[in-house]
Amino acid sequence: MKELVCIVCPKGCRLRVDEENGYLVSGNSCVRGAEYGKNEILNPTRVLTSTVKMEGGLYRRCPVKTNIAVPKGKLFDIMNALNAITLTSPVQVGQVVIENVCGTGADVIATKAL
Amino acid sequence: MLYDLIVVGGGPAGLAAANSAWEKGLRNILIVERDKELGGILNQCIHNGFGLHRFKEELTGPEYAHRFIEMLKDTSVQVMTDTMVLTVTENKEVHVINTEKGYQVLKAKAVILSMGCRERTRGAIAIPGARPAGVFTAGSAQRYLNMEGYMVGKRVVILGSGDIGLIMARRMTLEGARVLACVEVMPYSGGLMRNIVQCLQDYDIPLYLSHTVTDMQAENGRLSHVTVSKVDEKRNPIPGTEMEFDCDTLLLSVGLIPENELTRGAGIQMDMRTNGAIVYENMETSIPGVFACGNVVHVHDLVDYVSQESEKAGAAAADFVLNPKENEQAVQLKNGSGVSYTVPQQVRIPRIEKNLEVFFRVRQVYGNSVIEVKDGENTLCSFKREYMTPGEMQQIKLPRVLLDKVTADTIEISVREA
Repeated sequence: MKELVCIVCPKGCRLRVDEENGYLVSGNSCVRGAEYGKNEILNPTRVLTSTVKMEGGLYRRCPVKTNIAVPKGKLFDIMNALNAITLTSPVQVGQVVIENVCGTGADVIATKAL
Repeated sequence: MLYDLIVVGGGPAGLAAANSAWEKGLRNILIVERDKELGGILNQCIHNGFGLHRFKEELTGPEYAHRFIEMLKDTSVQVMTDTMVLTVTENKEVHVINTEKGYQVLKAKAVILSMGCRERTRGAIAIPGARPAGVFTAGSAQRYLNMEGYMVGKRVVILGSGDIGLIMARRMTLEGARVLACVEVMPYSGGLMRNIVQCLQDYDIPLYLSHTVTDMQAENGRLSHVTVSKVDEKRNPIPGTEMEFDCDTLLLSVGLIPENELTRGAGIQMDMRTNGAIVYENMETSIPGVFACGNVVHVHDLVDYVSQESEKAGAAAADFVLNPKENEQAVQLKNGSGVSYTVPQQVRIPRIEKNLEVFFRVRQVYGNSVIEVKDGENTLCSFKREYMTPGEMQQIKLPRVLLDKVTADTIEISVREA
């Protein structure tokens, strides 16, 4: 039995995951918590948010995120990929900045119009 | 120029309030914002986790702001950016200044105060030691890093485990800094549990509870070491427990102060516990037609609740202009044992449509516990909770049918272990 704090939402439910019983999750208050509990043991993933260099906008950095959660082990590889690019204004919210970043299947998208 | 409504501050509170006032029928609305763009602090909060209540999806700060800014585009709400409000008067004059038109006095039928809050600084908590470069509030460092494009340091200690400090621990780590420790004077974290997990534990950053920074040293004007000591129950440092950290940066996440200079200047009644205005059930202050919402009233954990509260203020401002009412007798909400404050602080029961939403914070960590709502000696209702901490704002809903039974002039909200 493993105890976790769910990070899906700010509620922070205290989950118990039964590794010997098909990763059965208890203590969750929604289905997403059950999914999180199982994934967190088998293949922990996170949505990565960061910024990339920006030219011509109101600010020098444009905020971005991965459109889906990516494996925790890939976060620093993705950070390196983000450091290698520069965006030029105009950028739209949701615009794809890097497709299939580091082979994760996730796209990096802009989160602000600049 | 006479506006129906002037909203002071175009962050999440001001945006939601203006939108809601427009939806309720006000047309001549102005938002005054001191920054170059709308969105307030959300623009630098590039992490996700916003909007789960409001939009049922997980958005980043800029995306959350974008949703509200887009809604405004379909309205006739006017926006003045790069404009500072200097004074708000009791008769609803708003004195503003900007480089384009200089000093102007604007008039409004209703005013919404949504100025947000600012960070407590080193001076506010009196840390001894040198006064070098390299000491930042976590929010300033966040703006430097996420918007202006400056990395503030390489070896970092964070004092305070509020959410901004935790978020910055992760952010600095991802950007290549080494975060050596997060130090918290209280025996529990002031941030959300999910942030302890995903910002500290994910990156093996140690959290020292019941510890504080007791000295700072500098080399060539830049921070070079901080000393961290354990504290006793009275938060006094314990000699002999000192640890040295070799670091060039100290980030402070030691609390937020509602930014109420304008509120005080207008002569509005303040609450010593929240450092914000005392408000009625509809977020109206002691001056009729002047409303306050968001972090300027009390510091929230979640922007979703700021939006919710501000929409209430916007709707009430519209109602004030369009359907003027007589002021009814108010019942006071009193914080009983275990409760540090409540918002609202006073309630005009006839004005509640279905439910009265009450926000409050507890004074300490509670396990299985009961929230009790009392009308004099009678218990009106109670709510069960599995876990409560001062870092997580609590919300209860009191139905109008229940409130109609109130006979005392105060309603007391208290908390006890079950």
